[in-house]
Amino acid sequence: MRIFVCIKEVPDTTDVKIDSETGTLIRAGVPSILNPFDMSALEEALQLKDKNPSVKVTVICMGPPQTEKNLRETLAMGADDVYLLTDREFAGADTWATSYTISTAIKYLGGADIIFAGKQAIDGDTAQTGPGIAEWLDIPQITFVRKVCEVKDGKIVAERSRDFGYDLVEAELPVLVTIIKGEKTPRLPSLRGMLKAKRTEIKKLNADDIKVKKENIGLNGSPTRVHRIFTPPKRAEGEKYEGEFSELAEKCAEIIKSLNIV
Amino acid sequence: MNYIEIIEDLCVGCNACVPSCRFGVIKIINDIAIIEEGCTVCGACLDACPYDAIVSRAELTESKPVDINEYSGVCVVAELEHGKPATVGFELLSVGRTLANAREVDLTTIILGHNIKDLAESYVYRGSDRVIVADSEYLKDFNEENYSIVLEKLVKKYQPEIVLCGATIWGRSIIPRLAVKINTGLTADCTQLDIDPETGLLMQTRPAFGGNIMATILCPNTRPQMATVRPRVMKPLPEEIERKSEVIVEDLSDIKWPRKRTTILESVEELGEMINIAEADVIVSGGRGLDGPEAFGMLFELAKIFNGAVGASRAAVDAGWIPYAHQVGQTGKTVSPKLYIAIGISGAIQHQVGMQPSEVIMAINKDPNAPIFELADYGFVGDLFEVVPSLIKKMKK
Repeated sequence: MRIFVCIKEVPDTTDVKIDSETGTLIRAGVPSILNPFDMSALEEALQLKDKNPSVKVTVICMGPPQTEKNLRETLAMGADDVYLLTDREFAGADTWATSYTISTAIKYLGGADIIFAGKQAIDGDTAQTGPGIAEWLDIPQITFVRKVCEVKDGKIVAERSRDFGYDLVEAELPVLVTIIKGEKTPRLPSLRGMLKAKRTEIKKLNADDIKVKKENIGLNGSPTRVHRIFTPPKRAEGEKYEGEFSELAEKCAEIIKSLNIV
Repeated sequence: MNYIEIIEDLCVGCNACVPSCRFGVIKIINDIAIIEEGCTVCGACLDACPYDAIVSRAELTESKPVDINEYSGVCVVAELEHGKPATVGFELLSVGRTLANAREVDLTTIILGHNIKDLAESYVYRGSDRVIVADSEYLKDFNEENYSIVLEKLVKKYQPEIVLCGATIWGRSIIPRLAVKINTGLTADCTQLDIDPETGLLMQTRPAFGGNIMATILCPNTRPQMATVRPRVMKPLPEEIERKSEVIVEDLSDIKWPRKRTTILESVEELGEMINIAEADVIVSGGRGLDGPEAFGMLFELAKIFNGAVGASRAAVDAGWIPYAHQVGQTGKTVSPKLYIAIGISGAIQHQVGMQPSEVIMAINKDPNAPIFELADYGFVGDLFEVVPSLIKKMKK
């Protein structure tokens, strides 16, 4: 069984700044991490590998060359190999172009039985690339999964979270599964893993390698365009009360009642 | 989508391709290779064939560039919840109405499901000029593949310039597939939609980077312009039960339904009597300051007075005091209640991004320097174990 895990590198802090002249994000100086939801997805994949050592876990990532540094962590955690899709022509891709590029690379690498991804990345928060990949590959999907229950006989069973609770969904392989942060905390790299990570090459693939249609990739291949980026208006300064607890409670109750919500 | 074809004149049935298929779907029958169901079009067999008898083909799609002027009208894809209209559909009609008026076009609602024709009226009452009912037993259960196939047909037939859907788990699972099928852009989780008066384009504004920045996105060259819209941001229009309009029950007989590849084995209502934090008007939320799971009892008691929900910070969830379904913040849910009461929550940025959209924020915390006070409209510096029981008593009065 071959599992792909899609991972994106994102800025570590949510405290990003905007270049007021160009209107673009200032990413310089902000440390990058691997998207936390994707790490939960990797953990699900590695747990399947724990149960069945013949499972091969391949990490796939699209990003600039320096992403290689953080990706080593996935090898240290237990991924078998890592591919970094990196090409200036991939830059500026929206979710349509990104899902095209990643799905093309997965096909190029021989296809997957299961593709895991985080439910969304914490920078863009779109949750669109996963289902997009499933559509490009014409495979079923289970999104917003909080728990993978079982993989057996060419099928996967997982709990998809819903607003009211969850759906227990069964899907045929090959399948794409997106993961929310569930009960399974991503493991720490093992010492052996870290040694292996040092020795293992992170394979880089460019647009020509994976034979993408150039009109479908990067900014030019993206149907959407960022028109403007701005900082949301700040909340007005609030009121702060200190004092004896029953007075605080009294004031608090008074304000709540005055809001006329209840 | 692409597909794999065996050129029968070239195939000699040599068997070379059979082991190359990772999915075991190639068989040799009467000295000719046959690709059975389950092909992922991975292409591994292409290189394996010594006779070049296997080719990958792209299904023909309209190659002509989209004439964006052929698209007109605003279309809302309305979600049903347990066979009833979900509120988010009415919210979309409200913003859809504004957009349709600005563009001087019609507003259409699409509903998908089985035995749902009776629901059409409710969308008419909420401002729709036309309701398209896609009714089939294949649409009974939530199935992204079937839903997106029907939407593809309807979008190609009616050619709306704008398609809106709720940014719920339902909408965010279906519409990205539709966007790939019909080769157009999709903007996720919008909180504001406007028409640019000069270009007539849909300006789709959404929070990104956890709400720290806002981005306005355009889809200039392809149609429709598609957006999912965050629930509870737009207000539904009042019901007008005198409104009349067209209801079309769509003929779906020409759809080739794909083999069913996903099955919902069970749909579990987990929250029981508890209110879902994504829908609550009031959320009482607890964090590390609660010192353990017991104090959440107090929060549930307070929330019950408001018919509200109980939220939690990541610290409380990670400590195992309360399930993940309650988590508010970057790795939890984003909420926008009318009132958010943060109790014993210091207010790390990761928490703030999940509750920033709340209308009124209150905070109770003993640390006067807690970052939550910078965000709170009303801050109370005090011991939650004293203040909260006292507050419950006073609210019950």
